[in-house]
Amino acid sequence: MMDAGIREASGVIYVPRYSALQRVNHWVTAILFVLLTLSGLAIFYPWLYFFSVFFGGGPATRFLHPWFGVGLVVSFFFLAVQFVRNNIPNRDDMKWMRNFRKVMTNDHENLPELGKYNAGQKGVYWSQIFLILALLVTGIMIWDQYFYGWTSIPTKRLALLVHSLAAVIAIAIIIVHIYAGIWIKGTGRAMTRGSVTGGWAYLHHRKWLRQVLAKELRERSTTSAVE
Amino acid sequence: MASLAPSFGRGAMTNDWMDIKNADLLIVMGGNPAEAHPVGFKWVIEAKVKNKARLIVVDPRFTRTAAVADFYAPIRQGTDIAFLNGVTRYLLESDKIQHEYVKAYTNASFVVREGFDYKDGLFTGYDADKRAYDTATWEYEIGPDGFAVVDETWRHPRCVMQLLRKHVAPYTPEMVERICGTPKDKFLKICEMIATTAAPERTMTSLYALGWTHHSSGSQNIRGMCVVQTLLGNIGMPGGGINALRGHSNIQGLTDLGLMSELLPGYMDLPLQADKDLDAYMSRHQFKTLRPGQTNYWQNYRKFFVSFMKAMYGSAATAENNFAYDWLPKRDVPTYDVLRAFELARQGKMNGYVMQGFNPLMSFPNKTKMTEGLSKLKFLVVLDPLQTETARFWQNHGIYNDVKPADIKTEVFELPTTCFAEDEGSLSNSCRWLQWHWPAQEPPGLARTDIDIMAELHLRLRDLYAREGGAFPDPILHLHWPYEVARRPRPDELAREINGYTVENITDPADKNRVITPAGRQLDSFAQLRDDGKTACGCWIYSGCYTEQGNMMARRDPHDPDNRGIAPKWAWAWPANRRILYNRASSDPQGKPWAEDKKLVWWNGSQWVGFDVPDYGPAIPPSQAVGPFIMNQEGVARLFVRSLMRDGPFPAHYEPFESPRKNLLAPDIIGNPAARIFKQDLAELGSSEKFPYAATSYRVTEHFHYWTKHARINAILQPQQFVEIGEELAREKGIANGGWVRVWSNRGALISKALVTKRLKPIICDGRPVHVVGIPHHWGFTGLTKKGFSPNSLTPVVGDANVQTPEFKAWLVNIEPTTPPAGEMV
Amino acid sequence: MADTNSLDVIRRSASSDVPPSVRTHQEVAKLIDVSRCIGCKACQAACEEWNDVRDNVGVFSGTIQNPPDLSARSWTLMRFSEYENPKTGELEWLIRKDGCMHCTDPGCLKACPAPGAIVQYANGIVDFVEENCIGCRYCIKGCPFNIPRYSAQDNKAYKCTLCSDRVSVGQEPACAKACPTGAIMFGSKGSMIEQAADRVLDLHARGYENAGLYDPPGVGGTHVMYVLQHADQPELYQGLPKDPEISPLVQIWKGGAKAFGFAVMGLGLIGGFLHYITVGPNEVPSEAEREAVELEREEKVKQAAEQGARR
Repeated sequence: MMDAGIREASGVIYVPRYSALQRVNHWVTAILFVLLTLSGLAIFYPWLYFFSVFFGGGPATRFLHPWFGVGLVVSFFFLAVQFVRNNIPNRDDMKWMRNFRKVMTNDHENLPELGKYNAGQKGVYWSQIFLILALLVTGIMIWDQYFYGWTSIPTKRLALLVHSLAAVIAIAIIIVHIYAGIWIKGTGRAMTRGSVTGGWAYLHHRKWLRQVLAKELRERSTTSAVE
Repeated sequence: MASLAPSFGRGAMTNDWMDIKNADLLIVMGGNPAEAHPVGFKWVIEAKVKNKARLIVVDPRFTRTAAVADFYAPIRQGTDIAFLNGVTRYLLESDKIQHEYVKAYTNASFVVREGFDYKDGLFTGYDADKRAYDTATWEYEIGPDGFAVVDETWRHPRCVMQLLRKHVAPYTPEMVERICGTPKDKFLKICEMIATTAAPERTMTSLYALGWTHHSSGSQNIRGMCVVQTLLGNIGMPGGGINALRGHSNIQGLTDLGLMSELLPGYMDLPLQADKDLDAYMSRHQFKTLRPGQTNYWQNYRKFFVSFMKAMYGSAATAENNFAYDWLPKRDVPTYDVLRAFELARQGKMNGYVMQGFNPLMSFPNKTKMTEGLSKLKFLVVLDPLQTETARFWQNHGIYNDVKPADIKTEVFELPTTCFAEDEGSLSNSCRWLQWHWPAQEPPGLARTDIDIMAELHLRLRDLYAREGGAFPDPILHLHWPYEVARRPRPDELAREINGYTVENITDPADKNRVITPAGRQLDSFAQLRDDGKTACGCWIYSGCYTEQGNMMARRDPHDPDNRGIAPKWAWAWPANRRILYNRASSDPQGKPWAEDKKLVWWNGSQWVGFDVPDYGPAIPPSQAVGPFIMNQEGVARLFVRSLMRDGPFPAHYEPFESPRKNLLAPDIIGNPAARIFKQDLAELGSSEKFPYAATSYRVTEHFHYWTKHARINAILQPQQFVEIGEELAREKGIANGGWVRVWSNRGALISKALVTKRLKPIICDGRPVHVVGIPHHWGFTGLTKKGFSPNSLTPVVGDANVQTPEFKAWLVNIEPTTPPAGEMV
Repeated sequence: MADTNSLDVIRRSASSDVPPSVRTHQEVAKLIDVSRCIGCKACQAACEEWNDVRDNVGVFSGTIQNPPDLSARSWTLMRFSEYENPKTGELEWLIRKDGCMHCTDPGCLKACPAPGAIVQYANGIVDFVEENCIGCRYCIKGCPFNIPRYSAQDNKAYKCTLCSDRVSVGQEPACAKACPTGAIMFGSKGSMIEQAADRVLDLHARGYENAGLYDPPGVGGTHVMYVLQHADQPELYQGLPKDPEISPLVQIWKGGAKAFGFAVMGLGLIGGFLHYITVGPNEVPSEAEREAVELEREEKVKQAAEQGARR
């Protein structure tokens, strides 16, 4: 398999970060998120109503959006379960946050060594969990095709407001998430190829790098011993 | 209308729908026009909005009419006479009557024969076995001059005014409350409001319908109001009158054209067996005037009758054969009304029935009896645009029509007919307008007009008689049949015949050679009718509807001079296009209007003029003192109707045949003592112990009878039967709103959903509550609505003493919660 | 809905274009005088007839109100209330014809996300243009009177059009035409207000001291108005709202929330862009790669030592 285990090539080592399944899971989620964003914004902003043509017109957009949502919730659920262990906040996160200005200015001096995720990434993780949960609950409340009688009109009004606020916040966070991938060079590889360069890991997630190296090398030697 | 005719001369709504807007006070008793006459009700609202009129509603139920009333009071069903006599008593005691009017225009001063009395609930001359009165004493004392004796001072103890005072004396406000359950304060408030219209410039109109007629004392209910309105001087006045709101479109036409077993067209009566020849018949129709110089238009009876016979038999009716008098059927009983017809059918004495526009299985009392009667017929022909329950009486519809088809041998023919929107003709409305209408569309399928079907039937019968002879072929063979296409008489041909025409040249009596009207001309009015056979007229009161000027019924000019609600050029009204009957009474004896803004018809010094056609000789000067009620032998309105009604010259309170209370005024009397009731039907009456609740039936606004359940929109608007009860009774019986109930009487049962409402409250009579159970009709086992029961599954077979209108508004039932019938989910 | 140019559109859902406005128009209104309504349902029948809609034949459900509620095929409905007036001790049967109020400030139009699915004409009529409707039912949530209904048959929302097709050719709405008692009047809004004033005076004279006109200012006034016997308690008439207004939640959703969304999403985009052009990308220096290789080497050494020790 591509990018399984540590590889070396022309003086650079490549460290595995995401399995193929995780990558598929991520991109399914991502695509659904984009579809939801486009279809949702089409219905939310009149000047973005033209997005609805991508979905076959207004009624189809209205019909598809909640189903995209269901897809996203399922897909995101698996993603979240897989990622939860590495997203539990710890003491290093505090240190990282205290040095946030340095992070933003690409200054790596005196930053703590970090595990698989920094506090920002964890923030994305947890905020999406809560926002998607809110979107799910409020989404059902306003999914009148199937759940019209479940809630009252005043409740639905509140749900609409919460749904729209949660959505724009989630979108904003994902914008930041995407930007982070553009800004931090070498990141995209993790979700496209599954691995990162040792240097990238050394720079951003050194503690994780140490763990991976230790684990991977031990496994490799065990394997070769058996051979 | 066997109460308006004895009182005023004609059996019809005295005023006009549009005229209702001129009223200052409106009283609705015995009706619910907002519900049953919503379109005509616009004029009630008009009176309220434009005339600032007040509306009083007296009804056992808080109805849709009550919803827009200014004052509502409850009354127990079947006690209206007690209420109205109470009002009369109040008016007389407090002297709130229009004296000049009562003096000049009523029979208050007429002296009644010695011996007349009213005691223990009975008038003089009662025969309990015959359930009938010998009415000999119910007449005026005739003086030596051959005219009735009068006492203008009203002091004579036997003058009508004194007798009336005595008659209504027991109906005190306390007694009214005990009998009717109308709280005394509310009753007195209504009396006060009514009394204000004794002033000449104020009028009250009374609106009623089946809430008064559907009683064993139905005609007398109306009489109660006739007395009140006459004392107040409200008859013949704009915004006054007693307005019988007809239910069926053209039901006025039914009586006008004599579609009753005892009538001929124009309210002439069908000869009795005793009327051996024309002279004998005419001797019963002399109509001698009872006061000097009166008009009494019925004196022309012979002209109307001979002209009718000429229309029937043409040249075969001659002076020599008494104008074919012998060809008319003769009555062996007073009437062959529906109740009697079905009694005969039940006894197996009837072979066939041709039914036209009629659904008796649903509409007449005691459905079980109807089914029995129909099952014993050899054949039944139903002419109807709709699939009626009667046409399907043999079909099993579960609990809704639980019959065994295999046991029913009756052969049923259904002939589909056109409905009003598919044919041409005239409709006579409540206020006697004849309005022509044209088809809006072609009839569906094989439907044909009733005229075509009847014509075809006649021609085939005539051929059979011509070919095979028979016991008595003459009336069929000689029937005048002058239509261009014999199989399809045109409506306008019939209308021209009904209007009347000259058969021969009419010559000047002074100069026999001078022809005034040549033969074959349409008549202008019934004034031209003759008793020598030179004129023919199908229905004298309709004469003038289709003249040489054309079809007057087709006129559509809404112009209404001075906005009086007359519009004289819109369609045509009988008689002689008069819109408000007895309108001479709108002016005082000198011919001056009682009040300037209630002007209608007045004397201008040389003739009677006004907004309406004077109901009076146009040139009779006021000085001649001819009474304004020209159809009456007295020339005046009758407070006391002599022997013209079977059950009494004054209205008296009787309980319904099935009543939750004893008659407080005459405890020994059950029901109306002069009402006919067949033996088996009497045995089927229930007691108030077993059936403690007072039932009443009525219609709801969303439907018209059993017709509109066939129309989708109406079915949507009221899809399923319900029975209305008050909250107290519901609590007592554990009945939930929308839940199922079983209602039963001594004759049958029905199952329905319940509507529990605040609009039905227990009526407190004599200190104890009477719970009312309201049973709307409209649902049956054909049509688009859910299946339901007709209230006639429960109703008793007894009718009004005079016209046999069934007692649908007051009987007894019991009620209990039950489970939904099989197949009903909710 | 009516697509007739004599009913110029002045407002269009989810659209920012300014409609033509040089023509002069008169605002129309329907005035429903509850005090002269007899609940005959002629208006309901006329509505079904004219608009060619037929509801289902239902069942009796404990009320004479039928169909039981407004629906996509019942655009108007008589609502019945039995009210025992504590002041007089008398029963009153209050009958109100329910249906679209044609607000000057229509909540449905505000909530609608589909351009041109809801329009407001210059004469005040608020109309649904079903061909543009996407079936989201936001109009139902936007309406302060609970009027629009959704059809599961075609996934569109429906309501009273005030017979915009009839009005556009100078006729009154079908219900007003059919009303036998003149309880439904139709004309210019001004003349209807005058009519109402007359009726209110009459009701005052009949003892309804709180009679009045219902033309709620919270939605800018309406083009369907009521004369009520108890204008101080409109709730008596089967929950006619006392001070209706577009829900603040809907206002925020269609106002503040949009701006907020625009702000946060824009902040993300612009912030990222600015950050990129000022701070620039965060690249992995080659030293880091070397450090990583070194780290790997160290780890190998460490593990080899451990293995040796274990043997």
